[in-house]
Amino acid sequence: MAWVWLQPLLTLVVLSAIFGRLLKVPSGDMPYPAFLFAALLPWNFFSSSVTRCVGNLVGSAHLIGKVYFPRLLIPLGTVAAGLVDLAVSLVLFVGLLSYYRIPLTWRLLLVPSALLWLVAISLGVGLCLSALNVRYRDVGQALPVLMQTWLFATPVIYGAESIPAKYRGIAALNPMAAPVEAFRSLLLGRGGRMPFSRWSLAASLVSSALLLAIGVMAFRRVERTMADVV
Amino acid sequence: MSSDRHAIRAQGLGKRYEIGRRLEHRTAGDALTALLRHPLKAFAVRSGPPTTIWALKDASFAVAPGEIVGVIGRNGAGKSTLLKILARITEPTEGTAEIRGRIGSLLEVGSGFHQELTGRDNIYLNGAVLGMSRSETRSKFERIVDFAEVADFIDTPVKHYSSGMYMRLAFAVAAHLDPEILLVDEVLAVGDVAFQEKCLARMKEVSQSNRTVFFVSHSLGMISSLCQSVMYLEHGRIKRFGPAAEVVAEYYADVHTAADAGVADVRLRGFGEECRITSVALLESPDSTLPFGRPIALRIVVESTRAFRDLTVGTSVFSTEGSCVGSLVTRESFALSPDRALSLRLDIPPFNLAPGSYYLGLSVGRGGLQSERTDLDIVIGKPTFRVVPVAQGPVVVANWHAKWGHVVIPGARLMVEAD
Repeated sequence: MAWVWLQPLLTLVVLSAIFGRLLKVPSGDMPYPAFLFAALLPWNFFSSSVTRCVGNLVGSAHLIGKVYFPRLLIPLGTVAAGLVDLAVSLVLFVGLLSYYRIPLTWRLLLVPSALLWLVAISLGVGLCLSALNVRYRDVGQALPVLMQTWLFATPVIYGAESIPAKYRGIAALNPMAAPVEAFRSLLLGRGGRMPFSRWSLAASLVSSALLLAIGVMAFRRVERTMADVV
Repeated sequence: MSSDRHAIRAQGLGKRYEIGRRLEHRTAGDALTALLRHPLKAFAVRSGPPTTIWALKDASFAVAPGEIVGVIGRNGAGKSTLLKILARITEPTEGTAEIRGRIGSLLEVGSGFHQELTGRDNIYLNGAVLGMSRSETRSKFERIVDFAEVADFIDTPVKHYSSGMYMRLAFAVAAHLDPEILLVDEVLAVGDVAFQEKCLARMKEVSQSNRTVFFVSHSLGMISSLCQSVMYLEHGRIKRFGPAAEVVAEYYADVHTAADAGVADVRLRGFGEECRITSVALLESPDSTLPFGRPIALRIVVESTRAFRDLTVGTSVFSTEGSCVGSLVTRESFALSPDRALSLRLDIPPFNLAPGSYYLGLSVGRGGLQSERTDLDIVIGKPTFRVVPVAQGPVVVANWHAKWGHVVIPGARLMVEAD
């Protein structure tokens, strides 16, 4: 159980030391660890949800072949389990805030809505990739590289403000960019300063919904023959 | 009961599998590089028809509630595929199955058992996997533990269980499921005889509460004692679906007379080199049935490539479950000369063989009951026959249960002793 909180803590320490101290990544008026952790929370949730979704589906092959249950429960359960990790990390985060004497604001109450958004994307991507993994078994191999690239393409260890304004529209195409920044601004209580325009926010919301829809459809499609293939 | 009240009704069920065809690109990496190399090829029509097999084809049947249906057939006949379709694990390629009621499927022992968890935890886990709610499992917990006979080990991780304990626990959970329809694949193979009896009793109990059981097994004895009707599958098609005794007999006859011409199919490996049995036929029984208490008459044709003397015939009677009921070696001997077939007639007097299905094993060799026997040829499996009950005769056997064994012990006498 210790790993539930040790793992995010260690990641935080290492990344803060390298990117905050060594590389001096700008974090506005916030201490870098708090700035980083606020974005790491949604990112870790996303990346572990997707990775586990893909693994769990193939890992449950023995059950899929022998017992009937709605197959959608596997990714749903995986994502739900990720929420527990997220809750533990949130407690750590609140501790970090009090360490830096950053006041808690009413904006924290809006976190659940951002969480809903995050869950939708995680599930969407998780479903797409696990459906693909049923057909192409090496998706699991490509996943770490994909996740690493995706992490650097998302404003987690740097802020979206650091992206030159003319490229920011392109950065917003990344479906994870807006929700990560939304988490950061809500958790750190600086809600008015989302680095993305309303339009790109709306586009991001729509693309998330679309991703989820595609994921569900793709999953439904392979679900029917899953027992024969997995 | 009106005919539209079915527990299961299948219409034209079929399941096609593609075999042998190498998938175009097995990995996403291959698919991606191929796409980059020949971007247009992705739109080309795939060449070469895939090789397909129908694991199940045109299966139409109806099962009434409370019926225990046995499913038999050789390996690859489509038994498991049928069960998987009914359990909704896989979708049929064609046809529909209409199922009324909650289904419990037991296609594997201990689906969802977790090695690290204790027996107690696994009961809940397995119960959940099989579709029982937590409170339902809790209310049946004691009965499950009693049934499985693992009370002392209930808090031990199941990885330390013996395979028998593991199986018993798994079956106990499944047996206490209360589905309207229970699908059971060949799972009773483990466990001692007493536990198998218990499982069968439980399955009977389940069916008496108007629940339907679908039971796949290779053990014909079990099938005949448990099921009212039997479905016989062959090459993915339902060959016969009817009363248990008839269908089992037909299946048995098929298995052992598959190639009617040759006993070669049932010859034991390594025998029949110089001297061989070329045909065996049951006489005075054209439909392969014998009334109880009738002698068995056989015609055996033997030939050899060189001369032999002092040969005898050995015969064993096997029950359809494969156990040997009894054997004999003839006192009379015969001689063989090269390349000249010899026809022999063997008469076996009545020995109270109980009603049921049997097959014979025959051997030609030297020696016998008094001395070491050397067999030159052995064929086991032909002919098959059924002993049927009789209502007249010196011994009347009108009702015989398979679990009573294979011999009707005659001549016993009971007296009240004077005091």
